[in-house]
Order: sequence, then structure tokens, then C-alpha cells
Amino acid sequence: MKNNIVEKIWQQHVVHRQAGFPDVLRIDFALLHEVTSAQAFAMIERKNLSVQNPEHFLATIDHSIPTRKNRHEIYDKTAKNQIELLRKNCQNHGIPLCDLDSSHQGIVHVVGPELGITQPGMTLVCGDSHTATHGAFGSLAFGIGTSTLAHVFAAGAILMKQPKVMRVHFNGQLPANTYAKDMIMYLIAQIGIGGATGHVIEYTGEAVTALSMEQRMTLCNMSIECGAIAGLVAPDETTFAYIKDRPYAPKGQQWETAKSYWQSLSSDAGCRYDQTIELDITDLQPQVSWGTNPEQSIAINQVIPFSNKTKESLDYVKLKSAQSIAGLTIDWAFVGSCTNGRIEDLRVVADILAGHKIAKQVTMYIVPGSEQVMHQAQKEGLDTIFTEAGAEFRMPGCSMCLGMNDDKVPPGSRCISSTNRNFIGRQGTGSITHLASPATVAFSALAGFITSSYAEQQPQKEAS
Amino acid sequence: MNTAIKQIKGLCAPMMIDDIDTDIIIPAQYLTQTSKDGYGQYAFSRLKQADADFVLNQQKYQTAKILIAGDNFGCGSSREHAVWAIQELGFQAIIAPSFADIFSNNARKNGLVLIDQPLEICELLAAAAQQNDLIISIDLVNAVFKTDQQTFPFVINPFFQHCITEGQDELDYLCSHLSEIKAHHQNAKGQTIFLAGAGVAQ
Ligand code: SF4
Repeated sequence: MKNNIVEKIWQQHVVHRQAGFPDVLRIDFALLHEVTSAQAFAMIERKNLSVQNPEHFLATIDHSIPTRKNRHEIYDKTAKNQIELLRKNCQNHGIPLCDLDSSHQGIVHVVGPELGITQPGMTLVCGDSHTATHGAFGSLAFGIGTSTLAHVFAAGAILMKQPKVMRVHFNGQLPANTYAKDMIMYLIAQIGIGGATGHVIEYTGEAVTALSMEQRMTLCNMSIECGAIAGLVAPDETTFAYIKDRPYAPKGQQWETAKSYWQSLSSDAGCRYDQTIELDITDLQPQVSWGTNPEQSIAINQVIPFSNKTKESLDYVKLKSAQSIAGLTIDWAFVGSCTNGRIEDLRVVADILAGHKIAKQVTMYIVPGSEQVMHQAQKEGLDTIFTEAGAEFRMPGCSMCLGMNDDKVPPGSRCISSTNRNFIGRQGTGSITHLASPATVAFSALAGFITSSYAEQQPQKEAS
Repeated sequence: MNTAIKQIKGLCAPMMIDDIDTDIIIPAQYLTQTSKDGYGQYAFSRLKQADADFVLNQQKYQTAKILIAGDNFGCGSSREHAVWAIQELGFQAIIAPSFADIFSNNARKNGLVLIDQPLEICELLAAAAQQNDLIISIDLVNAVFKTDQQTFPFVINPFFQHCITEGQDELDYLCSHLSEIKAHHQNAKGQTIFLAGAGVAQ
């Protein structure tokens, strides 16, 4: 029997199967954060149940914390309560927590891989839709709701139907100045925000195997934006090299055993997929979103398409069809999030900003994905480059990716952002978001308008 | 045990907008609460503010129990708050051409009934709900719903059907397999699970 990687992982984790019922699926690890866990703890406490294997959980604080230096002072009372409740819950149930003074605090999807928790072949869940990030390691990782988290607490398993599998094959190689972010945005624009609903995506092709682990995380991260349950990449030497020697990684003889198991997970030649999509990226251009969902994206040299279904989006972002996206004046630039807040992203940004100043009217926040990322950036002197360019280098957290902490794009302001969602109000009430790669964000911050190079052209007038 | 629900009958509210995302249903700024209630008042707040005639602003739909919605309902984040908010508004079922995966899972766990119907039927129902008081009765045992003129079959997840109509709690069902699950974990350690150094995170 020839199997794809998802089928292989699934078979390893099915505890019980009954016709017409969902499978009982073993969960190997769960990550949690302050926003979606409180009610799950309450659910199991109400039933007098305890957490199974608390060492197979890890909590971090990321969504609702400030990213200013004195972040211990949380002014918002409900956010403060939420964080204190997480501390109490973790303590009561024996779950390790990367608190604000831990050297591993950070965005949940940055911290997991950093600690070597995310490993090939495992099932990993988190009460967060961007859990697909961890699929970069060949793990089956997906977002769950709060009730399902309660299931994982109490049973170490969930109820789930075996998903369909879609293969997305990238032909060709990434051209210069394009990144995994551009690949995934291109895919979403092609298949739409519901294009992969009900499926787990396996990303294949030379361009995918050529990506670093951090780039693979960016690729898998946005799988949810085309509706996929998860996205993954088969593990290979790049994967193993990244995991080796990290705190949770197997050591000694266990490492060899693990590696040979991980190597067996790759999809068999000639295996079946429910759907296959092929995309050629030989001529891929930097991608920028123009509208109010991630499918509304174009190459930077294209104009906003005409459609009678996008009027509401265009009104909100104050743009018109046939208008070009390049040259559009911006007020804010944001680099960060679980999509693009890792050290490689910051290096790309530093390379571009070094020796230059960002445009006067632009406020730029650069927010590392974790304490580890922050320290590494400081060690390499990137923080100085950022500050000298006129950007703010802040403390780790979700920050401006979603409007639920102090960092918000003001109403009516236009932000170019390395994040994953441009939903209406996502970065703050009335904010306008343009998604792009960290490189495009950096170039645009310097120019003061959307561009993917050291720009010489003049900004265009805003559409009225 | 939960309360067994075999039938839902109520007024329909039409909201034929595609891709209603979880940020629209309940914006992130309201997610710092730690209880399951209190979200209804903020649900769809942007749409409510933007348009005085928005369906949920209209007096006649205040008692609606069934929402008729557009394609890809509930896309975006995993926040279960979206389901809690909709239920707090009084909705017990949503009929739409399709739903996002995590939203569907969350809905099932809370007994919110989601019914997939082709776009034409959703449009038909929405139009009817706009013009008159459209009352629909959903028979969960036989998986059909009825207006006063027509009967429509729908596909129901058999496990969800079992849980909602029998009052079976999913977590209780899962826990009935607990010893099997524990043994499975035990066997996997060192074979397919290779987590070392737990606790090093501190
Ligand atoms: S960075 Fe953004 S997408 Fe990622 S976990 Fe935080 S809020 Fe969610």
C-alpha cells in the first residue's frame, strides 16, 4: 500500500476507529497561550478531570501583552486578568509556562520549533489557527478551538475525521528578491481563501526543499488562509539539522532511532492525493495584498483586478480597480508575527535598512517573534541598524498582527505588514493592511510607498 | 449528559455575505475575557455600526434562531468565542453554502447546528426571509428541514447527530476510551515520540 505522509502520520495516531464516528486521534503535544485556554481549563475543572501528561504541554504569553520595554505593566485590566489566570492554571495543572521573564517567551509558533518541540511525524495542536506553521517539520499540526483543547487536556486525544490531502507542487526556483511569503501568497491568490477547505496540504517541489526551515515555516503558516486544516513539508536533512541539539530534541541513541523513523515518513512514490495543484514560480514577483482577505493579492507590478464582488473591500481600503499597488503611500510598516518574525526575516530587513533612513511619515515597528530571536538580533547588531534607520525594535509578542494589545494601526492608516491576515480591522479598528514579505515591507518603509526595491519612482497620489 | 435536541424551529435571519470571518463575528479586542459569555453584545459590531439596516439591527429579526449566510462562513481564526457569540445572539443553526473547518468543529462541540446547502437554495431562503417571516423547522433525527412549503434534506455528520439528539457529551465519549489512549501513548514513547528534556523551557 502506497501512502502519503499525512496517511502515515494518521495511521500512527489512530487509537480507535468506529464506522460513522470520527477517529480517536492521539495528540503528542499541545501548545497554549493566554487567549484561548482559560475556558478549556474551566471545562475540565467543572468535570473534575485532570490534565494527562502535563509535560506534553507548553504555554506561552504572546497575544495580549504589550511590546514596550516595561511590558510587565499591563494597563488593560481584562488582559492582565487573562494572563494571571494562565499563570494560575499552568501552576495548578503542572504545565510549563514560558512567562515574561523566561528566556523562551515568545509567539507560540516561534517558541515551539525553537525548543525542538516540533518534530516530524507528531500530532501537534494549539488553540490557534496558525498552528500549521509547525508542519514545516513534517508534523501534522493544526489549530483547534477551546473545547477541543479541553479534550486534549483530559484525554490526550481528540475526535477527528481523517482529512483529505492536497498536494501543492511548486515548479521552478524562487527568483531573486522573492521568498516563501511570496510563494504562499501566490498560492492563496490562485486557489482562494476557501480553496483547500477540508484538506491538509503537502508542499512539494525543488523550490520547497531548497527553503530553509524558517522559510518553510512561513510557507506552512499561511495554509489556513486558503482554508487548509494544515500544511506540511516532508522532513529531510534540513529539518534534522535544525532540530538537532535543541532542548526537546532526542539525544544519543534516541537521535538515531528518531531519525530513521522520521525518514520513513515521506510520501511513497506513486501515492494517492485527493487533489494536486501545480504552480510555476520561475517568474514569481513579490506579492502584495490589496484588499481585505489574503486572496486579494497581486504581484507588485500588477494592477488591482476588476470584479463586481470586491466593491466593499475596495471602499474599505480606499482603492480602485485598475490602480497599481506599487507606489501607494504608506503610514506604517510592520515586521513581525509567527509568519515572518524570525531571525532570518530580521536579517533580510537589516540588510535592506542598513545605512538608510525610513521615510519621514512612516512609523516602523520591528517585533521579534521570541526572546531568543531578540537576543540573536542584538548579538548580531541588527537592533542598532533598525534604530539608526528610524525603526522601533520592540519586545517579543504578537504585537500589531492582531488588534488585541497596545500595538494598533490607527484608524484610516495604511500599513505594509509581514503578517498573515488583512481582514477588516485586523490590525486595529479602521486600519488598512497590505500583506507582503519582510523585504517588501523594508523597501516600502524606506521609500514611504509600496515598492520591492530601492525605489527611485515617485509615490502615486492616493485614490480619493 | 447534555440536553438532547431533536428539533429546532424558529425564525430565519438573512445574511448573504460571503467569507464572514471570525474577526467580523467577534473582533480580537474583545477576546481578553476569560468566560464563555458576554460576547453576544459585541458580535458583528462593525457591520452593525456601519449599516443601520444591517439584518441584526432590524427589529423583526431580534428573535431569529436560524441564520441564512453566505459562502465560507467562519473563516479565519480558531477562536471559539465566535460560536459562543452567535449562540448568545439566540441562533441555534446556520444554513450556508460552506463553512470553514475549525469553525465547524467548534460549532459541533457547542451544539450549534451547521447545514450546508447549495448557493441557490440559500439565496432562495434568504429572499424569503427578507420578504416575510420565514419559519424553518429542522428535524435532526431525519436530517431534513422544512419551510411551510418545502422539505429539504441535508447531510449531517453521524457522530454529531448522535451527540446532539441523544445529549451525548463529546468529552465523555472520548474519556470512555481513556485507557486505550493511555496505552497508545505509552507504546509510542521512544518509538514514534521522541520528546526529551521536558521542563527545560523555564
Ligand atoms: S503572530 Fe498573529 S497570527 Fe501568529 S499567533 Fe500571534 S496573533 Fe496569531
